Amino acid sequence: MRKLLFLLKKEFRQIRRNPFMARAIIMVPLLQMLILVPAITFEIKRVDLAVTDNDHTPASRELIARLTGSSFFSVSDTPRSYAEAEELLLAGDAEIVLIIPEGFSAGFRGVTRPQLQVLADAVNATNAQLAWSYLSSVVRDYNRDIILSGGNAPSSVPGITASPRFWYNPTLNYKYYMLPGVLVILITAIGLLMAGLNLVREKEIGTIEQINVTPVMKWQLIASKVIPFFIIGLLDLALGLIVGWIAFDIPFEGSLFLFFGCAAIFLIAVLGLALFFSTMASTQQQFLFVAFFFVMIFVLMSGIFTPSESMPQWAQQFNHVNPVAHLMKINRMVMLKGSGFGDIAASIAALSLLAISFIALAITAYRKRA
Amino acid sequence: MNEQKVIEVDSLVKKFGSFVANNNLTFDVYKGEIFGFLGANGAGKTTAIRILCGLSRPSSGKVKVAGIDAAHNPEEIKKRIGYMSQRFSLYEDLTVSENIELYGGIYGMRMKEIRTRTPELLSRLNFTGYADTLIRSLPLGLRQKLAFAVAVFHEPEIVFLDEPTSGVDPITRRQFWEMIYETAGNGITVFVTTHYMDEAEYCDRVTIMNEGRIVALDTPAALRQKYGTASVEELFVKITRPKKESV
Repeated sequence: MRKLLFLLKKEFRQIRRNPFMARAIIMVPLLQMLILVPAITFEIKRVDLAVTDNDHTPASRELIARLTGSSFFSVSDTPRSYAEAEELLLAGDAEIVLIIPEGFSAGFRGVTRPQLQVLADAVNATNAQLAWSYLSSVVRDYNRDIILSGGNAPSSVPGITASPRFWYNPTLNYKYYMLPGVLVILITAIGLLMAGLNLVREKEIGTIEQINVTPVMKWQLIASKVIPFFIIGLLDLALGLIVGWIAFDIPFEGSLFLFFGCAAIFLIAVLGLALFFSTMASTQQQFLFVAFFFVMIFVLMSGIFTPSESMPQWAQQFNHVNPVAHLMKINRMVMLKGSGFGDIAASIAALSLLAISFIALAITAYRKRA
Repeated sequence: MNEQKVIEVDSLVKKFGSFVANNNLTFDVYKGEIFGFLGANGAGKTTAIRILCGLSRPSSGKVKVAGIDAAHNPEEIKKRIGYMSQRFSLYEDLTVSENIELYGGIYGMRMKEIRTRTPELLSRLNFTGYADTLIRSLPLGLRQKLAFAVAVFHEPEIVFLDEPTSGVDPITRRQFWEMIYETAGNGITVFVTTHYMDEAEYCDRVTIMNEGRIVALDTPAALRQKYGTASVEELFVKITRPKKESV
């Protein structure tokens, strides 16, 4: 135990003396929070709409006005032909094209059935679907108003009305959804990269050999690499959270203690994995490649952007061993919903199991003797 | 000389794939002696020293260091030895006294003992003004002397020095050998590898290695006499070269 204290003193002295570390510890959380939280959003605004109006009547102009009346669409262009409209889609200058045919409004008088043509750029399927459903709801409302204003219609149309209450994020603010996730990315990056690089660097310089020839035990060495970065990770999490409070007024419904407790277990898991990778790697380059690969897989599969429940079964199976997925879920539940220990117990158990396994893996894989 | 064996090596073989780095080495080292391991680069010196220190596993053969089996109980050996590697291995971003404290602590010394013995050590090395200097800003010669002092700070039974003087100026080399003598005088066995043949003259006994084998082992004087050469350097050339010419 005393040996561990000497090793820890050494690590902290080295961290303190490294100007890059001080800068990274402060700047990484600040920049990540201030850049990623507002930048990553699924909210769709100002979809570029191109309209070809071949009808030129008050009715067609009314329809266009209704579409552009919201912030959802902005009319980017008014192509005169079908070919021109397609050109706009190809160039990415329009995401959705509405073609109002000649004689559109004549249809209202029962001469022909009024029709509209819509072309949507569906490369981003979600975007295209949302744009379409928004456009069709505007058309539906317009339709209803036309029917209601007709002389022979009833003064109201019977139908079902559903009125939603959006719980936990009543203003549907995407920043609230993204911020807990960005905090997870923050401590993943710090946990996985810093500690791992530190150990491989000692291998590259050769100082680790001098340590290996001493009677230090493997667990002491691994602990001396885990503890400093564990503390830095928690500090940065606190810093990120404070930035979130100040800059984005993020709500925090649950228990801070539970929040940091879960992050602590998560950090142990990630640090264990990092030290396992660095035990296997012999250069910083090798380590970075492996670590980057896993960070990418862990983060993308964690459900930060897409609900992990919608992923294929095998992907959900994989997420059982993905610490990032567990904390992603926990953070959102604790921060936004105020979930308690009982609600997230299963995730905590899974994280704890991962933490124990990864640390054990790092200690067993470490070789004091080649 | 004391006849107590502190290192016993019998038929040691170390292979890396099909390459035989140590081919059937057999030798003993006695307590308190300065034992030199000579050979050209790539002769297998570092491989052997790494096995003795428990950093590498022997492929076959018997290796006992301080009475302990190196193949099965390397961690026990590590408590009793000091090691200074060929690559400079003190922490450059720690100060002189922080490095001493770290290694003293790892070898189980108490903080109090470290605190009292550090100034002693520094004054012996004429390092008194350097206690709070970062290793990074010390010249190589001073670093090597310090690395050696750190390797024996916890008073091991044996200290292994792997090419400690390579790249060091002649004056520092001389001082370095004075430190080696002082260490041996305190009863610590010194196992030193080098490719400087003149340094062989300073050893009690020398082993000459060539292509993974031991080709000669005796006191420098006995070796010179046996091969009829004026220096160990001449001797080295004589016994390692003919072999190549005959191929």
